[in-house]
Amino acid sequence: MLALALSSAAAAQTMDVPLTAVPGEPVRGRAIVTTRPLGLCLLCHAGPFPDRHLHGSIAPDLAGVGARLTPGEIRMRLVDPAASNPESIMPSYRRAAGALRPGRAFQGKPILSDQAIEDVVAFLATLKEE
Amino acid sequence: MRAAALLALLLFAGPAVAQPRSGYWDAGPQVRAMQDDDTANPGFLWVEQGRAAWQAPPPGGKACAGCHGDIAAMRGVAARYPAADPASGAPVDLAGRINLCRAVNQSAPKLAREGAEMLALAAAIGVESRGLPQRIATDGPMASVIARGEALFRTRMGQLNLSCAQCHEARAGARLGGAVIPEGHANAYPEYRLEWQTIGSLARRIRACLTGVRAEPFAADAPEMLELEAWLALRGAGLPMETPGVRP
Repeated sequence: MLALALSSAAAAQTMDVPLTAVPGEPVRGRAIVTTRPLGLCLLCHAGPFPDRHLHGSIAPDLAGVGARLTPGEIRMRLVDPAASNPESIMPSYRRAAGALRPGRAFQGKPILSDQAIEDVVAFLATLKEE
Repeated sequence: MRAAALLALLLFAGPAVAQPRSGYWDAGPQVRAMQDDDTANPGFLWVEQGRAAWQAPPPGGKACAGCHGDIAAMRGVAARYPAADPASGAPVDLAGRINLCRAVNQSAPKLAREGAEMLALAAAIGVESRGLPQRIATDGPMASVIARGEALFRTRMGQLNLSCAQCHEARAGARLGGAVIPEGHANAYPEYRLEWQTIGSLARRIRACLTGVRAEPFAADAPEMLELEAWLALRGAGLPMETPGVRP
C-alpha cells in the first residue's frame, strides 16, 4: 500500500508524453526563457544568461537543469510545480482557470501555450552544465 | 538558562513581523541619502504644497488651519491610520479622513484619492509624524478590518497565483529580477518612487503588485484596499514613520 502510494507519487513527478505533436524548438525556448515579460522565468530563477544581476534569487538556478532533470520532469515542473514540491510558489504555466481575480487580459488564459511550454522544455533540457 | 535565552532569541527572530524592517534599508545608499536630506527629497515638493493647502480655505469653506490650527498639531495622526471614524464607526485611511473632514467640516468637494492635492495634504500631515512609531488601533471595528486584510495578504491571486505573503514575508530580502524584495511596509507613504518619477499612495503601490501577479487590481476605494492597508500598518507596528519616503 505504502509502496503503491510512493510509486504513484513518484510517477506524478514526470510527464513524459509531450503536450503537442510538434517537437519543442530550443531556439524559441531560449527566447521565451530569456525574455522576461514572455517567460517570467528570470524574475525568480537565475541562469547561464546575460545580465545576471537582473536575475531573481528565489528559485533554483537553471544552470545544469538539463542534467539534473529529464525532459519529462522539466515538463511536469512547468505544468504542475506542486507535484514535485508542495511548497513551491511557482505557478502552473499551463493551467488556464482557477486563479483568483485574474486580470482582465489574462482571464481563462495559461501563462504559456502548450507549444511554448514544449519549446521551453526543449531548451532547458540543453542546459547540462552546472 | 542559556537554552532558554537562545529559544527566546529564536522565537523573537522567527517571523518577519516580529521585528519589521523598513524598505528604507533595501533602497540602497543613494536613495537613502536622498530621503535623509529634506532639500534633496523630492517628496518635499508635495509637503510644501500640502502645507499651503492646509492654510487655504476652499471656496465658501474653512481652511484646515481654521479648526486644527498649525499643522504641527497633526503630529502623531498619520501614524494612527487607518482608524475608525469616531462619528460613524467606519474605518478610514488618512485620505478617507481628509475627505470626511472636507465633506463634514469644510463644505468642500472630495479630493481624488490619488490626485496631487490629496497626496500633498497627506504628505504634509504625514511628515509631522516622522520618527514616531506606526501604531494603529486594533480594537472595535478595526479588529475585523485587520483580520480581513491579513487573510487577503495570504491569499494567492492572479494568473501567477501568488500571495503578498509569499514574497514580502517568506522571501523578503531575496531578489525578484534585479530588485530586493522588501517586507512591504506602509510607514513611508505617500512616498516618492524613482520608478514613478512622482509621489504616490500605498494604494497605488498595492495595485502595482496586483498587476505584477496579473490579478485584477482593487479599486482605490474598495474595502479590500483599506483592509490591506490596515493589516500592513499593523504588521509594521513600531516602525518609525518616514513620510515622505523615497524608494527606487
